Amino acid sequence: MSELNRNPLIDWLLRLYVLASFAFIFAPIAASFVFSLNEDRFPSLPLGGFSTQWYEAVATDPLVWEGLSNTLTIGVIVSLVATALGFGAAYTDYRYRFFGKTVYLALALLPPTIPVIILGLAMLAFLSRVGLSGQSLSVIVAHVVMTAPFAMAIIRLRLSQMDPDLEAAAWNLGASEWAAMRHVILPFARPAILAALFITMAVSFDEFAVAWFVSGLNETLPVRVLGFLQGQVSPRINAIGTFVFLTSMTLVILAQLVLMRRPKEGNPDG
Amino acid sequence: MGDRPLVEFDHVTKRFGDMAAVEDLNLTIAKGEFLAIMGSSGCGKTTTLRMLAGLEAPSEGEIRLQGARINDLPSWRRDTPMVWQSLALFPFLNVRENVEFSLRMRGIGGAERRRRAADWLDRLQIGELAERNIAHLSGGQRQRVALARSLVTEPEILLLDEPLSALDAHLKVRMQSVLADLQRQLGITFVYVTHSQSEAFSMADRVVIMSRGRIEQIGAPREIYRTPRTRFVAEFLGSSNIFAGTLVDAIGDGAQVDTPSGRLRLATSPEGFATGDAVVIAVPGDRIELTATLPDAGDNAIEATVMGEEFVGATATVYLEAADGTEMRAQKSHADLEKIDIRTGQKLFVGWRPEHAHVLPPA
Repeated sequence: MSELNRNPLIDWLLRLYVLASFAFIFAPIAASFVFSLNEDRFPSLPLGGFSTQWYEAVATDPLVWEGLSNTLTIGVIVSLVATALGFGAAYTDYRYRFFGKTVYLALALLPPTIPVIILGLAMLAFLSRVGLSGQSLSVIVAHVVMTAPFAMAIIRLRLSQMDPDLEAAAWNLGASEWAAMRHVILPFARPAILAALFITMAVSFDEFAVAWFVSGLNETLPVRVLGFLQGQVSPRINAIGTFVFLTSMTLVILAQLVLMRRPKEGNPDG
Repeated sequence: MGDRPLVEFDHVTKRFGDMAAVEDLNLTIAKGEFLAIMGSSGCGKTTTLRMLAGLEAPSEGEIRLQGARINDLPSWRRDTPMVWQSLALFPFLNVRENVEFSLRMRGIGGAERRRRAADWLDRLQIGELAERNIAHLSGGQRQRVALARSLVTEPEILLLDEPLSALDAHLKVRMQSVLADLQRQLGITFVYVTHSQSEAFSMADRVVIMSRGRIEQIGAPREIYRTPRTRFVAEFLGSSNIFAGTLVDAIGDGAQVDTPSGRLRLATSPEGFATGDAVVIAVPGDRIELTATLPDAGDNAIEATVMGEEFVGATATVYLEAADGTEMRAQKSHADLEKIDIRTGQKLFVGWRPEHAHVLPPA
């Protein structure tokens, strides 16, 4: 790029701005990470000695393990179901023109705009009425509702980049609608589908408010964290926080990577 | 099958909502012919092709392929492969996998698929690109992949939807000869949709000219060029001079027509017209003589002012305007033009021999 029309002062200010934004966002998380490895009981400066005792304490707490296992199971199921639903909704939008499509799209993308407290309360009221409250299944249902729109948005974006003739070209070359789905639409959307799996899992993994309302005794990890906080302030929370943060970041970064991946030379088997 | 046409459109109409994209289309396409369907955008040419490919269902009428009705046959059950304007190559498959696609969909085994794909890639001289990613090919190479992908099942018919429109002029001409040669070697039917007169006229055995969902004229390229059947065709081709007037008298073999630009002579009395009828005459631009002095008696001549020139390769088109405002054009070689030294604003005589005028048949 030409350097001719660039003001160095603006360049430096922009860099500073980006740096400050990241510092602001990540400072609390970094602090939490630092204190999780500090031997002091209370977070205070100067730091005490290095210690992994809080991680050991967390690792030996059966309630944490139970919460983690709930979270992971729920996360996997939610990501699969939400991505499948999201794909269906996105493909419907891509392929068909029908009366009321705008309304259909608005409704499909609505859940993330509802305040989670209201969604949580509504879910609790509804699920208890149909006899589904207080189970892992309740959290799954609630999280699918919350995350499917994300999956849809990601896959829809990918499908919108597809040459509109591609599917018809597959039919023209002898592929039935199912074969075209399997051999053309799914391979084309594959990066977005993988990304949707990771993102929906990350959202489910982190989600607290709705899970708190509907989970009952089957607490997920974020709900367990609140339990800790209500009991006593303990650096164990920093340890769990660090773990949850790293997991979510990993999922989100994976999603970014699959979405950005460039086509590779000579794909040996399509 | 004998002389039975490969494709028959029998009173086919296609409506989208209230709009008729194709209206009462009757067309037969013979085995092994190169047919071009030509017209401006929205004339129904692409809809016609898509109906044949099974991507649109006709609203009325019947389409037959080898005598059998195919109106309701889904696209994947016909062997009517198409080369798309966008090419529609599968970006997640490499060249060989793209070509193998239709064989794979037909359940043909890996070894056989590979052999047939390699065969077609060699035939189109892109054998060495087999394992390449589509994204790394040039426009002409992608074109060849699209052709190989469509032809690998050895169909009876190939549909082409403006396949060359994305190529630069040089490559376009080269691909035209590739296509024409291929069609001759394979002996299969090509149905080629285009808005480009040069593509249609240089490759096709027969050209169909469409306008507003209807066929204006079907015929061999030279026949359409010399004897346009309707005023639309004459104007669409853009190479003829058109004069509208009334037939005044038919003397012996000849006849005369009164037009706002003057009285014009015809070599023969036009069939189906009586004295006093309105007639439209078309004179091809390459039949026009431009002279500084009044030409021989017996030839037609209209005095006109030079409005401008346009150069295309070895020929130039001279645009002229008669005193009454009638626009005319003449296609001349540069050598011809040098003789009269043309300047804008200059007055010249636009002349032609009576036998070179073509009278459009009665509507």
